Parts: sequence; structure tokens; C-alpha cells
Amino acid sequence: MLNKLFKWGLKKSLWVYHAGASACNNCDIEILDLLTPKFDVERFGIVLVGSPRHADVLLVTGVANRQITPRLKELYEQVPNPKVVIAVGSCACTAHMFRDSYNVMKPIDEIIPVDIYLPGCPPKPEAMIDTIMKVLGLLASRQGK
Amino acid sequence: MLIDKIKERFGEKVVIFEKNSHRVFIETGKDNAKELVRYMFRDLGARFSIASGVDTRPAVEILYHMAFDKHDLILTVRVEVEKPSLEMPTFSDFMPAAEWIEREIYEMFGVNFIGHPKLETLLLPDDWPQGVYPLRKNTFDSEKENKEI
Amino acid sequence: MAKETLIPIGPYHPLLEEPEFFKFYVEGEKIVDADVRVGYNHRGIEKLAESKTFEQDVFLVERICGICSTSHPFAMVRAAEDVSGIKVPERAQYIRTIIGDLERIHSHLLWIGLAGHFIGYNTVFMWAWKYREPVLDIFEVISGNRNHYGMFKVGGVRRDIENAQVPGLLKAIGDVEKFCAMLTRAVMDDPMIQARLKNIGILKKQDALDLCVVGPVARASGVDIDVRRDHPYAAYGKVEWKTIVLQNGDVFDKAAVRLLECQESARIIRQCLEKMPAGEIDAGVREVGVGEGIGQHEAPRGEVIHYIKANGSNFPERHKIRAPSFMNVPSFKKTVIGQSIADAALITAAVDPCYCCTERMAVLEQGTDKVLLTGEELVRLSQQKMEQMRR
Repeated sequence: MLNKLFKWGLKKSLWVYHAGASACNNCDIEILDLLTPKFDVERFGIVLVGSPRHADVLLVTGVANRQITPRLKELYEQVPNPKVVIAVGSCACTAHMFRDSYNVMKPIDEIIPVDIYLPGCPPKPEAMIDTIMKVLGLLASRQGK
Repeated sequence: MLIDKIKERFGEKVVIFEKNSHRVFIETGKDNAKELVRYMFRDLGARFSIASGVDTRPAVEILYHMAFDKHDLILTVRVEVEKPSLEMPTFSDFMPAAEWIEREIYEMFGVNFIGHPKLETLLLPDDWPQGVYPLRKNTFDSEKENKEI
Repeated sequence: MAKETLIPIGPYHPLLEEPEFFKFYVEGEKIVDADVRVGYNHRGIEKLAESKTFEQDVFLVERICGICSTSHPFAMVRAAEDVSGIKVPERAQYIRTIIGDLERIHSHLLWIGLAGHFIGYNTVFMWAWKYREPVLDIFEVISGNRNHYGMFKVGGVRRDIENAQVPGLLKAIGDVEKFCAMLTRAVMDDPMIQARLKNIGILKKQDALDLCVVGPVARASGVDIDVRRDHPYAAYGKVEWKTIVLQNGDVFDKAAVRLLECQESARIIRQCLEKMPAGEIDAGVREVGVGEGIGQHEAPRGEVIHYIKANGSNFPERHKIRAPSFMNVPSFKKTVIGQSIADAALITAAVDPCYCCTERMAVLEQGTDKVLLTGEELVRLSQQKMEQMRR
């Protein structure tokens, strides 16, 4: 079963769109770091795309403040099915220390459905790659439906 | 030396507290503050580092932090702006560096900077309710009130 | 035809269709007016700080910005210590200096990579970011994390540098210094880069003084200020290093200041590692006291200043935070008007705002605010100009 998944994954590139809500940019930089020679995600077939309409995976970082919340919903609608949403970083998972701010409305998963939570401040690039690879299985099962 | 010049020029209009050789606080009235800061900026060569506001409840206190880099000194001018009128002349006409921070103090505390070229919100969203000033002490008295906004 | 690799700079903001940050109004190819809207990132941190203890606040302010994540804690703990004159042990001062300047190197390398991308030199981007990794590894050895190091506390630092680690760290910083020197020569001696970056986006000295800009933006325009030298703190007064000041104020000078500063930072770190005395790393502070304190730090982007009003409790009465970009970003209006849109992306990036901001730019039609060119298109224009210059 795992073999089949792996082969399917290798045939298909994962197109990932990164949506930054009000983040401190640390998670964003670590995501960008994935492209650099040390981690080089493109060898796994992971491609960062410039438009949500081409994406399979939506990476969300940061807390959603008042300005961002309606836009984030719009963005989620634009990503075609099947899709997987990963909340990258502790801010996206739970809003941690910003939860009580007057400008933060709700945690990300009360605005859009989140499939995978990747905590960390920021999560290590290795953890991000590992997570995105696990997404292959999730996508495959959604493809089947 | 710098302090002596200020004492000489402003005399009774200022009350000077020298915390140590690097931190000096100068208290002055609302009517004199602009002259004092202009003197420091234009004549004494200070760099405007930032201004900060704090709600002392009867008033809003604005501090202008002026850095004298060649003397390892920060001179802070303390001005009290009384409620409910909360008016202060703008400093951005002689000190463009003050433009943004006056907008921020306006949206956070409700202080009206007279003569400011563009007094509108800087950080808060466009649909932020009027009259709600986040950094005032009693603004968010209950969490429920916070979320409803 | 070469495959176009998309390198996304900055988070692709959900407001892609609606430009929200830097707005450029044009007539033909020239920019006639510019405006900037901020607040997309507003999380109400100053208000949050009043409901958190001083110890929690150090972690809160660290997350204001991920790139200069140590600068805010540095200024904050200095402000808290300034309230009642808390004395920090000497070893802790040296460790603070090491962390502060390591961050400078990583931040400047990040910016160099970004600028490289904007002019189509993707090799520079890959190189600069690849050689950032050893710096992040050094951080991980010292603090346990690549970013958000959690090293600062009121009265000292949280973790010590073991004596056994020092030789390895010295070698690593030596390698970083060599790479920075090589990158500096490669970038500054390249005639194409000179042609592309010189005389673009000049900030005149008088404008720099009127707007009270700070950091490399000021030093590139001949304003000789540096908090580490002017208001000495930590171990900066105990080691040898130079302040880099240039005179033209154009994008090239801004880049040169940052490149040369990397090498000075490596010198500072090396000397600190060698001279660090033995001793305590924490003054064991139980309370901040009553009064007001101001703390400054020369962050990679310029002066960070924090003001704390303490009332004797565990919570600050008021915590004012001013990041260097607050003073520097308004200067973009002076540098970008009259320039061509092909240079807009580069001039804006030269101010080095939190980098994600530079992606949020757009060219709008005067009067209607209709979007003519998005941020992505502006970056592409900038890269195309370089291509044309090469031919």
C-alpha cells in the first residue's frame, strides 16, 4: 500500500501555496528556506506556486487579525478540491500568545477547516518536509472519493 | 552643558529631573512643548527617536524621546494633555519624523494633533469602531466587550 | 528557453488581488506619487504586554518580527533594567553581544539574497541563503533554536556558552567571515550590479536627518549614527570594530553598508568569544521596581527603542515599542518619486522593511486606484531591466 502511494506521489508534484496571515515571518522564512540548497524540496516534487487556484496544499502561517480574516476565507474558497490545509507554526495552530489581543478574532481553524497542525515556533524545515510528504496519503484518499 | 542651555532659554517653563547622566526627563506645559522640542531638534541637534503616550486616567501623558547621539543621552520631554479635550499641536511641520507616531497616538488614545497633514488611522483596520481607543486604560473592561468589537 | 523558477519572496498574502501595502501612482513609466498602508500585521502587542508579566513579555516581543527576533528582547530587557539600574553580569553582556551581532549577519544575508532575487541574480539569493545556514547552526548550538532564541531575560541571559563549545564556534564564525568577504567582493566589484544599483533611489542627507531614519539607511546617506558606539552597552565598548558610513544614499550604498557590516559583526563575535570572562550569567532579578526605563539596541535595521513604565507590580503599566522600520519606511516616499517603476521594487526593498512588506506593492492608476501592476509584476520588471542591461 505504501509503495503504491509512494509511486503515485512521485508521479505527481505537490503544488503548495503559502498564505501568510499576520505572521512574524519566522515560519515564512523557514518555508522559503525549503527552497535553498540545504533542504531543496524541489527534489521531492514539492513546488511552491504563486496562485491558490493551482494549489493542492495550503500552508497557513500566522494569526488571523481583523483585516485578514475575510480574505483568508476567500483564499480557501479559491483553492480547488481535493485540498489539504496545513496550519504551520504555533500561531496558526492556536494563536498562542496573541489569543487575547483586541485585533485577533479567532484561531485559524475557526475560520477555515484545518487538516494538519504543525506546531513549533517556528517548526523545523525537516518537520515541514515530513508533514508535506504525509499529505500525499491524505490527498490520495481524497482523490479517490 | 545641553541641560544648562535649556535651563537658560526656558527658565521657569521647564522642570528638569536628571535620573542619571544618560536619562533626563523634562516636564513642561502643553503650550511650551513645541518650542522646546523645536529648539532641541533644530538648534541642539537632537534626533527624534520616538514619542510614547500613556493613559494616566485624568489625562494622556505624551513623552517625546530625543536622542543626543554625540552625548550618549536621551532627553525625554513630558507633556500632559488633559481630557476630555485631548488636543495637542502637531510637531510634523518642523519635524517630518513625527508624522506617523502622531497618527498612532491619535488612533490609540484619541489625541487630536492640530495641523497634522493626514490625521487618520495608521495601524487599526478601516472598520474599527469610532471612539474606541485601544491603549486607554478602561477600553476593554471585559473580554466579551473585546470580542464583540 | 530556460525554465523559470518561481521563488516566492514573502508570504503570498491573501490580499493578492487587493494591494495593501506600497502603492505607486505613475504617469507613463515614472512614479509621481507613493503611499504606504500599514497595519496588516497589527496584533495589538503593546496592549497585550500590559496583561503579561515582564518575563512573559520578553517572549512576546521576540515574536514581533522573526528576522530580528533578538533585537526586541535586547532593547526590552535593557529598558526594564534601566528602571532601577539593574546591573547585568559581565559574562552575560558578552553573550548578549554575540547573539545580537550573529543576528545582524543572518539578517543582512537574508536581505542580500532578497535584493539578488529582485535584480534577477538568483544565484546570489541561493548563495546568501545557503551561507545563512551555518549562522543558524551556530544559533542552534548556543541557544537550542534556529530562530526565536529565547536567550534574554531581565538581568542576564538564559543559557551559557560552554567553554568546550568555543573552539568550534570560533572556527564556524571564521568560515562565515570568509564567506561574507567573498560575497562582498563578488557583489561590489560586479560592474553590472554597480550599473544597476548606483544612483537609484537616493536619500539625501538632509531628508535622512529630517525623517530621523536609523541604521544602514541612515549610514548610507552619510548620517554617522550607531547605537552600539554612541550609547555603548553590553560588550560593544570592549571590542574593536568600525562603523560603516557611506555618502551617496543610493541602493548600492545601502547594500554596501550591509555587506561590510557583516564582516565587522564577525570580528565582534570572534573577539567576544575570545575575551569572554568567566562568571555568572544572571543577576537573579526578583522585581523590576518602580519608575521609567528606556532601552535601545542597534538592530540589523537600525535603532530599536523600548520604553517601560513600571509601577512595582509584575506587569508593565505601559510598554512602548518602536521598531526601526517605523522611522525608515516613510523615507521610501522621498526615494521613489521620480524613479521608474522598474526600480520601484528595489528601492522599496532597500529600506529593508520586514521583508514580506516588499511583496505587497502595486502600481495604481491616479484617481481611480485601479491596479495596473501587482507586486509580482513589479519584481519581474526589475529583473527584466537587469536582463536588458546585460545584453
